[in-house]
Parts: sequence; structure tokens; C-alpha cells
Amino acid sequence: MADKPVPIAEKRLMDVKLGELTSWATTKDFSPNGIIAAIRRGHDRYYNKYINVKKGGIGGVAMLLTGYVLLSYVWEYDHIKHDRWRKYH
Amino acid sequence: MLSRLVLVSASALKSSGALGAGLVQASRSLHSSPQSLAPMPALPEKGGKVRHGIIPEELFQLLYPKTGVTGPYMLGTGLLLYLLSKEVYVVNHETFAAASIGIVIVYGIKKFGPDVAALADKLNEEKVAKAQEVKDVAMASLAQAIAEEKKEQWRAEGRQALFDAKRNNVANLLETNHRERVHLVTNEVKKRLDYQIALQHLARNHGKQSIAKCITDLKMLAKARQAKATA
Repeated sequence: MADKPVPIAEKRLMDVKLGELTSWATTKDFSPNGIIAAIRRGHDRYYNKYINVKKGGIGGVAMLLTGYVLLSYVWEYDHIKHDRWRKYH
Repeated sequence: MLSRLVLVSASALKSSGALGAGLVQASRSLHSSPQSLAPMPALPEKGGKVRHGIIPEELFQLLYPKTGVTGPYMLGTGLLLYLLSKEVYVVNHETFAAASIGIVIVYGIKKFGPDVAALADKLNEEKVAKAQEVKDVAMASLAQAIAEEKKEQWRAEGRQALFDAKRNNVANLLETNHRERVHLVTNEVKKRLDYQIALQHLARNHGKQSIAKCITDLKMLAKARQAKATA
């Protein structure tokens, strides 16, 4: 079924075809306001899905902490490299 | 469980944000102004599903059609082995610390999780009950005000009946007054007429009486004369 053609800018990421990816990326708002708005949107989505519920579980907070742990490992990798057991892998 | 405590404290910080906003939205829906989201949609019961505490369920659903149930686990195992063998993840003293902390955290969550969840639920319940109470009191007082207003309107209607009764009273008084005066007039007229009749009767009777007296007198005189004449 051919839907009514939607302009690229309004499509969500998963609906964008590979060939249109660059043109889709150029339509996005990368100004500071746009970035802050995007961060707020992401935060609202996560908050309303995992935390702002009547019976939330451990997952909402645990995923944030796990992400923090992984991110800090990635940032520290250059320092942790020196603890490697073997030089050649 | 921690999310629930986060929600409790966040709501307290936002001055009962979601609940207060819900209350305001619900009361606004009583007016007829165009509002979107009126009444405010309730909070979802449960959050997005998360497996083993840290992996969202969406990953499992994503891989299920192609690899079945064990797909994500095989992916995890392979990933782990790759990280270890290529030493992208380095095993050092921090690994031991992380493992110890992880064990303690998991044990604590498994053991105290349900209790903390119950506590957070109880706190939420109390907040909801308090807000609900305020709303109920407000609604009751407003409903009572409406009922009293209606009663006042009914009373205002009743004033018409009051005016009718008063008008009837006044009409009655006027009527009785009028009839009293009419009676007075008739009585006075009757008295005068009776006086005239009595006068006439008297005159007639007096005449008759005097003639009768004359006749008896004459008869007596005649008898006396006859008696004298024969004597």
C-alpha cells in the first residue's frame, strides 16, 4: 500500500530508508536549542516509560546506573589499557 | 522499587506534581472551555518490562523472530567472550571490586525489594487518599451549595403563592367590609320602614280602638239610661 508521501523531515528514524539517511540527518535541528529540545524529548520518553508509573521496578534506575558504569569504563579505557594481561591478542 | 522511591521524592519536590496537575485538570474539565487531555490520563500501572534488571525487553522481542528464545543469551555470551579474549574488557582489581559490589547489590535487592516496594506503594496510596479527600470535600461542599441555591430558587417561586394569598386576604377583607356596610344599610332601612308600619298600625288601631271604645261607652250609657228609664 502506498501511503501519502510524507516529507523526509517528519519521518521517525526507523522509517527512514538507508538512501535517505543523510538527507534526513541534514533536516534535523542541531542548534543548541534543538539539541536541548532533543535531550528533553529523550528524557521525557525514558522517564514516562520507566519511572513515571504506579509500580515501577528496579529497571528504570538500574539501566541508568549500568549505562553510567559502561560510559565511565569507555572514558577510562585509555588508562585501563595498561592493566592488560597480554600485549598481543 | 527504587523507581518508586524516586517517583515519591520527585513528586514531593514537584509539590505533588502529577497528582496536583491531575487534580487541576479534572476540575478544569467541569467548565466547558476546550481543553485537550481532559480528564488527565491516569499513570500507567507498570513501567516498560526489563529483564534481569538491566536489559529492556525490546531487545528480546527484536531477536525472537530470527533466533528464538536463546538468541539474546547467545549474543550476550559471544559478546562477553569477545570482550574478554580481546581484552576490550580488562580483568584487574576493579573487576573483583565490581563483582563483590554486584553480589551485594543483587542480594540486597532480592531480599528487601518487595518490602521497599510495599512501603513506596503505601506512601503513594496515602498521598492519593489525601488528594482524593480534598477533592471529595470540595465536591461535597459544591454540591451542597448547588442544592441550597436550588432551594432558594424554589423559595423565590413560592413567593408568588404568598402574594396570591395576600391578595386573597385583602379581597376577603374588602368583601366583608362591603357586605357589612350593605347589611348596615338594609338594617337601617328596615328599621325606618318598620317604624312607619308601626305608626300606621298604631294610627289605624287607635282609630278602631277609639271607635270601639265609643261604641262600648255608648252601649253602657244606653244600658244605664234604659235601666234608669225603667226604674
